[in-house]
Amino acid sequence: MTPYEQWISFYTIVRKDIVRIFRIWPQTFLPSIVTSTLYFLIFGSFLGSRIGNVSGVPYVMFVVPGLVMLSVVMNSYANTSFTMFASKFFARSIDEILVSPTPPWILVAGFVSGGIIRGLIIGALVLGVSLFFTHLIIFNLAVIILFLILTSLVFSLGGLVNGVYATSIDGINIIPTFILTPLLYLGGVFYSVTSLPGAWGIVTQIDPIFYIINGFRYGFLGLSDAPLSVCFGVLLFFAAVLAAMNWYLLKKGFGLRQ
Amino acid sequence: MNALSIKNLEKTYAGGTRALDGVSLEMPPGDFFALLGPNGAGKTTLIGIVTGLVNKSAGEVEVFGANIDREPEQARTYIGVVPQNLNINIFEKVIDIVVNQAGYYGVPRSRALPRAEKILADLNLYEKRYEPAQRLSGGMQRRLMIARALIHEPRFLILDEPTAGVDVELRRSMWGYLTGLTQQGITILLTTHYLEEAERLAKHVAIINKGSIVAQGSMEEILALHDESAHTGKLRGGRLEEVFLQLTQS
Ligand SMILES: Nc1ncnc2c1ncn2[C@@H]1O[C@H](COP(=O)(O)OP(=O)(O)OP(=O)(O)O)[C@@H](O)[C@H]1O
Ligand SMILES: [Mg+2]
Repeated sequence: MTPYEQWISFYTIVRKDIVRIFRIWPQTFLPSIVTSTLYFLIFGSFLGSRIGNVSGVPYVMFVVPGLVMLSVVMNSYANTSFTMFASKFFARSIDEILVSPTPPWILVAGFVSGGIIRGLIIGALVLGVSLFFTHLIIFNLAVIILFLILTSLVFSLGGLVNGVYATSIDGINIIPTFILTPLLYLGGVFYSVTSLPGAWGIVTQIDPIFYIINGFRYGFLGLSDAPLSVCFGVLLFFAAVLAAMNWYLLKKGFGLRQ
Repeated sequence: MNALSIKNLEKTYAGGTRALDGVSLEMPPGDFFALLGPNGAGKTTLIGIVTGLVNKSAGEVEVFGANIDREPEQARTYIGVVPQNLNINIFEKVIDIVVNQAGYYGVPRSRALPRAEKILADLNLYEKRYEPAQRLSGGMQRRLMIARALIHEPRFLILDEPTAGVDVELRRSMWGYLTGLTQQGITILLTTHYLEEAERLAKHVAIINKGSIVAQGSMEEILALHDESAHTGKLRGGRLEEVFLQLTQS
């Protein structure tokens, strides 16, 4: 394929996914809006006034970056894991791409771009919801955007690996429920690690999502429990490893070609 | 250069099933070729390997001179495939299914749209173009898969039981359509369990049984294998059917 033909194929994969995401918006956009509204209500309005300030800012303002990341991570992951799983499980429509000259890396890039776009839209929506509960401070917009894009990249890549391996619908739910959710909640969505006693502080610091949330929070509040370069490095590391895994799995046709 | 050249193709599935046991085939360009064989003979497996959906265990495959291992993109560009089982996303609109398929071959939407409308019209699906595929009948979905296979203007069309579950009238119109395609120079490989259909359409035939080719040649050569004395029972089918049974019955 010429680079132009590859671009057309990439555009086709992404366009198809975006059409799907908007067609089923009650499943793709609505849940995050509803749950983040509830979180902001409970942690911001109901409990926030009792908690007072965390790291020098009102509690509701502190949780905004974490809650945005919570939705971005879950949605990027769900998007690629589901699209990949569904297209090989229901009627095997993935074969449409597999019989075409589209190379594996375009397939990875197309699926992952769909996940990133969903992650970015969700991030913007949850930020929009937060405006009803607090005002936003923006310390460094470039850091915010960079972390949003890299985070949705990493979890779209992760979701794709999961989708390739999954052989049943449970196969795409286990990791989000039993791994991502605990990592997110223990990664400092709701609290600052400096407020944690000994052992829990260490648990938090080996949680990769802790660095992602902290880097993102730094973009808003200008404060972080970990150096920004480390946060950035963690994301780049996972992006590189997961991208290589995807490329390898799809090139081999793992789970796709008998 | 042959449209399809297969040498000593072998396939053993992960579970240990030996689906192809050293198959060799040559198909000249412009041919209408019927690949026949009982259920489980290995037809779909062979097509899967040629189209890149199944990994072969051994052997060589070339499509118009493009080796499927060394030049897979080139080989796939030459082929359009209509699978045995439905593999469309039934929530997508008919027109999108066809136009997206063009996209995977690098054909932009602006060029694919008029082409898709023409092909859908030829296959009597034009009125349904904005409907999601789930609202199509089984025969319509099959025609949609033919439209999808043709959208990138392949030289070589592979159809795995395209007329299974299709009514008599539609089957006849499909025969006419396929014959028209060969007249435009498109090479066709077809599998079918309707042997009178193969007898009517195909120039060349291969009969495959338990992963091995048991007969191969022009339709006349295969029909000439018919042995009047060895006919297989009270019920008599067409000549091809009798030859088929003689060669494949265990
Ligand atoms: N994905 C698979 N995994 C394991 N075995 C398979 C797989 N697909 C096919 N087989 C086996 O390979 C053999 C050949 O199957 P294949 O589908 O190629 O037959 P076929 O000639 O197309 O039959 P039919 O006329 O019923 O469509 C069969 O024994 C089948 O059980
Ligand atoms: Mg078959």
